[in-house]
Amino acid sequence: MSLAVMGGADYMRDPRKHHFHPYADNGGTSVAIAGDDFVMIASDTRLTRGFNILSRDQGKVLGLTPKTMMASSGCWADVLTLKKVLNARLTMYSHEHHDVMSTTAVAQLLSTMLYWRRFFPYYVSNILAGIDEEGKGVVYHYDPVGHMEKLAFSATGASVAQIQPLLDNQIGALNMKDATPPTITKELARQLIHDAFVSAAERDINTGDGILIHTITKDGRTDEKVKLRRD
Amino acid sequence: MFRNQYDNDVTVWSPQGRLHQVEYAMEAVKQGSATVGVKSSTHAVLVALKRASSELAAHQKKIMPLDKHIAVSISGLTADARVLIRFMRTECLNEHYAHDQALSLDKLMEKVGVKMQVATQRYDKRPYGVGLLIAGHDGDGPHIYQTCPSANYYDCQAMGIGARSQSARTYLERHLEEFSSSTREELIRHALRALRDTLPNDVELTNKNCSVAVVGQGEDLSIYEDEDVNPYLEGLDQEERRGGAGRSEAQPTPSDDTPASTDTTQPPSSSSGDQPQGESMDTD
Amino acid sequence: MDVGRMFGEVAPPLWSGGPAPGGFYSFPGTNNKQHETKTHTMYPSTSGTSVVGLVYDGGVMLGADTLGSYGSLARFRNVERTFKVTDKAVLTCSGDIADYQFIREVIEQKVRDDEISGFTPVLNAGALHCWLTRVLYNRRSRFDPLWLECVVAGFKDDKPFLGYVDKIGTAFEAQEVASGFGMHMAIPMIREAREKKGNLTRDDARKLLVDCLKVLYYRDCRAHFKYQVADVTAEGVKIENDLNLKPDTSWSIANFVRGYE
Repeated sequence: MSLAVMGGADYMRDPRKHHFHPYADNGGTSVAIAGDDFVMIASDTRLTRGFNILSRDQGKVLGLTPKTMMASSGCWADVLTLKKVLNARLTMYSHEHHDVMSTTAVAQLLSTMLYWRRFFPYYVSNILAGIDEEGKGVVYHYDPVGHMEKLAFSATGASVAQIQPLLDNQIGALNMKDATPPTITKELARQLIHDAFVSAAERDINTGDGILIHTITKDGRTDEKVKLRRD
Repeated sequence: MFRNQYDNDVTVWSPQGRLHQVEYAMEAVKQGSATVGVKSSTHAVLVALKRASSELAAHQKKIMPLDKHIAVSISGLTADARVLIRFMRTECLNEHYAHDQALSLDKLMEKVGVKMQVATQRYDKRPYGVGLLIAGHDGDGPHIYQTCPSANYYDCQAMGIGARSQSARTYLERHLEEFSSSTREELIRHALRALRDTLPNDVELTNKNCSVAVVGQGEDLSIYEDEDVNPYLEGLDQEERRGGAGRSEAQPTPSDDTPASTDTTQPPSSSSGDQPQGESMDTD
Repeated sequence: MDVGRMFGEVAPPLWSGGPAPGGFYSFPGTNNKQHETKTHTMYPSTSGTSVVGLVYDGGVMLGADTLGSYGSLARFRNVERTFKVTDKAVLTCSGDIADYQFIREVIEQKVRDDEISGFTPVLNAGALHCWLTRVLYNRRSRFDPLWLECVVAGFKDDKPFLGYVDKIGTAFEAQEVASGFGMHMAIPMIREAREKKGNLTRDDARKLLVDCLKVLYYRDCRAHFKYQVADVTAEGVKIENDLNLKPDTSWSIANFVRGYE
């Protein structure tokens, strides 16, 4: 924000260096892969600010309903607020409808909520993963202001540039000649997620410490924690 | 129809120091079907009798969840209850939003008490025509609260409100000593027996006309409707009614508890000993 | 703000002597200032430096010095910025002292309100931490931040709790938390100690905390030798005031430092 017009150059106005910035980048990376009857969503557990590690144990995946989870990272203050508002909205929905919200409906709600703050956005990268009404795994990817896309796999957050090309290649069979996309099994998805985070942690200081991998099926949810390098 | 000079407005006192409009509203609670709440040292239970307004209509829901640790059962004007329930749900959500914890029952009751009181003191409002039983579990253990249209609320060990609920309260008074050490299942049984005592002899509790809510230590709220109620009703119809004390079908005061036919505009006579809590105008 | 003066140096006013644009429609006594910029705190004034906190076996400990700096001037040397909220929560802040004192009054009133109503579970550290995230986030969203980094210590569900919130609402819970310079210097010390020793006893924690404050006193120009320590256990809160680092520090080496004169 330029205040220079108020008389004199900015550097003369005040000797103090501090200026207020409403956003921070707190790192964090998330990945989700959908299978026929399951979906896997994972995030690292590192929370950063600049070169500081604020926490080594901060998962970024939030369970919204028994069949839906959301991974959220970016400006952590916005992530916290978005989670809180979204949880309240889900409770209100279940009170009004005497039922849990479907994954499809949560996906649309999230998009609407993000766009509501179009001109002072939540500075967050979101992936939503869940089981849809047909029992199939689905992944939705968002930009900070509410653009939504339904995908089979997606990465977002600090290390998106390292991970997304890997998934494109390994799951989408893109950028290769005569390659066919593999069938996504739980084993393959877990292996890919693990490899993706290990590689990202090697190159990106904003990703590391650990991975939390969540698997959702129609029967329920399992969680797994994997260690990652801590430097 | 009985009328008097001092019952046109909630804000007008009678020379006897009574607010007739508020007392009339207390009568609305008795129009609703009965509901019973009991607590032990670990659990709080609500049971309610559901009514269908006609052959063609479904049974009206009586027990609603507020949060994972509180349920409300209603008797009286359902529409008024919905307003209060929406308010209480919002308060529960706000506590999660601001303090990341479940709202404690005493805080909730104070808030709802204040809201209901306003309606008994302003000329442009009317009292809420509904009584609530609120069951919950918080840091202080299980709770049963009762609210009245007069905006009084009471912290209870056990309570029954609604049509013919005097019979339920009689049962609860007789077994009061047993509640605190009851298990979850025993407590539900007590509540159902009390509720059944409000029924005419030829009517039984069924999974259609009865719902059950339980909340307790280490246990989130569960509300059972329809076939989920069956396990709790099993064998109940074999048990003798009214504790086998041989009390006849007749109610202590016939003026009370007979739905529909009661003239609600009649001010409660001072002899109606089966009001939920003494005089509606309790001043403490 | 006077529009004419704002652009005075940059360009001549649109016209002079006439009404302001839209001024024909302004009646006397009405508020014509609603579209003018409101100015907010955009930088701290008198401020406190680092706070260090850590969880040990059965409790939480917090330490902070008592200096109120005015820019580079060590202006106030006995500003206490640690306070007992309830038996289950302590709050210490670095950043703007005025904002800290404001938020303290709000919290004290909140606790009194609970007390006079007879609400039995007192405000615990987890609830206070969450409440602070909402207050600070809302203020930053109004572009009127409370210039603070808060460290909340205490108990939540009978377990030790240590949390951090900053002026934009960034919040987290951790075993060790520090604000300001402490984040660079104290956190690595505590994490290293924990990695070597595993769990920390109360004595370990106290020694480590004083070590951290000492290092900060040596290295942080805005740090001070007078400090407070708060210790929260299941029994309650104990705050020690008027502690002094000076006897434990040695500045004799300072005479040999060359090159910064």
